Amino acid sequence: MARSIKKGPYVDANLEGKVLGINEGKSKKSVIKTWSRRSTITPDFVGHTFAVHNGNKFIPVYVTEFMVGHKLGEFSPTRNFKGHSGTKK
Amino acid sequence: MARIAGIDIPKNKRGEIGLTYIFGIGRSTAQYILDKAGIVYDKKVNEWNDDEQTAIRNIITNEFKVEGQLRSEVQMSIKRLLDIACYRGLRHRKGLPLRGQRTRTNSRTRKGKRKTVAGKKKAPKK
Repeated sequence: MARSIKKGPYVDANLEGKVLGINEGKSKKSVIKTWSRRSTITPDFVGHTFAVHNGNKFIPVYVTEFMVGHKLGEFSPTRNFKGHSGTKK
Repeated sequence: MARIAGIDIPKNKRGEIGLTYIFGIGRSTAQYILDKAGIVYDKKVNEWNDDEQTAIRNIITNEFKVEGQLRSEVQMSIKRLLDIACYRGLRHRKGLPLRGQRTRTNSRTRKGKRKTVAGKKKAPKK
């Protein structure tokens, strides 16, 4: 079931603070490291690069405007299936 | 014979059913259209007079996206998912179900005909 509109999109408060900090020029990090895969991408995020944790390592995600409304975790796959053993390509 | 929304020619069917032959129109939209045009659902497609046909055509062109336009819209949204490389896009690429269904068995609609793997041992009978 979809999230109630009344609540607005969920963004981790910590992460949102960091993004806004960069946008206002307070801090000048280029890559934001985050574990918050559940955060929705808001228009503020566009143009930033996030290092999104996939449980193993951080996957760099460059956010474009088409990604708004998706969650950060959607761009950092947790299972990388490379094929069965013995299957030749 | 009625030609509505370009290429579709459903005939000898009840109006409510005939309209569903158009891509993008199902039972409920068909009923909505006929209600708005003031036509009884049970009236056969070939019994519609010209006025009724134009009324239906107008409602469809003004309010609904059907056929080619709708198909391209669907393709565009799939392409968007592919381009941004999100989870659903990756699943589209691999031809697997997008919404978390199991893939150990079933999901044959997405995966297509079974491809048997040679050399895979069957479970021993006890």
